[in-house]
Amino acid sequence: MKASPQHIELRSSPHYRAPDTVDVIMRNVVYALLPVCVFAVYLFGLSALALLVVCVAVCVGTEHLFCVWAGKRSTVGDWSVVITGLLLALTLPPAFPLWMAAVSAFFGVAVGKIFFGGLGYNVMNPALVGRAFAQAAFTLPMTTWSPPRAPGRFTEFIPSTLTRPFMEPVSIDQWLDRVVPDGFAGATPLALMKFAQTPTDLMPLMVGTIPGCAGETSALLIFICGLYLIFRKMMDGRITFSILLTAFLLSGLFYWVNPDVYPDPLFTLFSGGLMLGAVFMATDMVASPETRLGVWVYGILIGVLVVIIRLFGGLPEGVMYAILLGNAASPLISRVTQPRIYGAAGKKRKKKENNAS
Amino acid sequence: MDHDSLMFIFLNALLINNLVLALFLGLCPFVGVSSKINTAWPMGLAVIVVMLVASVCAYGINILLVHFEIEYLRLISYIAVIASAVQLVEMTIKKFSPTLFRLLGIYLPLITTNCAILGMALFQTFDEYSFTQSLAYSLGAGGGFMLALVLMAGLRERLELANVPDVATSAAIAFMLAGLLSLAFMGFAGLGG
Repeated sequence: MKASPQHIELRSSPHYRAPDTVDVIMRNVVYALLPVCVFAVYLFGLSALALLVVCVAVCVGTEHLFCVWAGKRSTVGDWSVVITGLLLALTLPPAFPLWMAAVSAFFGVAVGKIFFGGLGYNVMNPALVGRAFAQAAFTLPMTTWSPPRAPGRFTEFIPSTLTRPFMEPVSIDQWLDRVVPDGFAGATPLALMKFAQTPTDLMPLMVGTIPGCAGETSALLIFICGLYLIFRKMMDGRITFSILLTAFLLSGLFYWVNPDVYPDPLFTLFSGGLMLGAVFMATDMVASPETRLGVWVYGILIGVLVVIIRLFGGLPEGVMYAILLGNAASPLISRVTQPRIYGAAGKKRKKKENNAS
Repeated sequence: MDHDSLMFIFLNALLINNLVLALFLGLCPFVGVSSKINTAWPMGLAVIVVMLVASVCAYGINILLVHFEIEYLRLISYIAVIASAVQLVEMTIKKFSPTLFRLLGIYLPLITTNCAILGMALFQTFDEYSFTQSLAYSLGAGGGFMLALVLMAGLRERLELANVPDVATSAAIAFMLAGLLSLAFMGFAGLGG
């Protein structure tokens, strides 16, 4: 009997797939983060580069190690852990000792992601878990800032970067005196505003030539990179938009009440890590709510928390904590904002029917 | 913000010095009842009620103790007050919602030994709060307990189907989540100056 030339192929649904798989999206997020990384290296030189390399290497290594340990296929290939490493490095101060960065990266991936079952189950953004750990464990280095565009930054490290493992960071005062002879305030615009009531001009804030965490300084660049992802529909623009809008309106309200004490809303929008957080961190697909309404509630919650912690908290910056709290609340938000199934009776109607019968 | 204002005392107990997430009190019911939202929030309400009753009684008793100069009886008298408040709540819940009573199980009578409540009563005495301040404090403390419980329950329900490694199942994952929540709550430190 001759084999039939025509094959019948049986396939179950879905028959039409979108081309976006997890690793395609994650790779695009990495592409979108690259300009921010390049700018961080331009501003802070070798130290920022080393920070990026160490964080990414430790994050990828940790995930790979745990996967091998558990006898599973390594999930490093989905690129999500690379994003974690990049984001963590971008939110650390450029003079942060490398060994501390490595410990934080390990903690973020191990405790923030692997222990919950890996990608898709992490309850909070792993990069922020790592950073929160660093903030709690290494308070002083987390608030030691270095000047942007220091001379000789491409040929030498900031001294504290190369602190030997498990040692206290080397003081950078001598180095500071050498590279910035006219003196360096050693504070971010947010800290200046909070503790000295000194505002910073809008232009440097937007371009990013200010001291701060390695990758958070240039609000404009981050925003443009975020737009790329939003237009490719690889990121939820509603979260970013609702956070920024809420932060702008709420801080505007305080500014309107008392402009002498509170910073103006544009300052709030472009200073600190708000832009980086709103664009790249709060939009973590796993740790944000799923429902349409929930996304807005989540954004508004984060926006409100950012402004409250910044204006009334003990710390000058609250974006990280606001996003972590938003992540923690997101299962609840999803639950409360479940959409009504089409055709199903709502609560009101059910009550009416009960009354009628 | 003024540190004696009711608003500050309330927020302090609710967020900044959250009994569970900042002072690590009452972890037993926190881990025990937080696996389902449907039991977490009634438990939170029960704790709020017990705290309010205990706070009022503790305030009254403390005046007596100070008057007769028998402050060394404070601990035992507070525990007695809390135990009777728990009995009241227990009877009420048993009467109005037997299902909930069964769901909460042992954790309902265990509120008696919940150190969060005793801690609340002792803190309000040590900080020499007035009557209204005590009420604000106990309301905030109870609300904080409920907030932590409900947040935790939401996270744990989400993780129910997660591919959690064997070393990190049930209580281990609960404690790790509690740690992460506690890290997040550090953001409230120093709120209100």
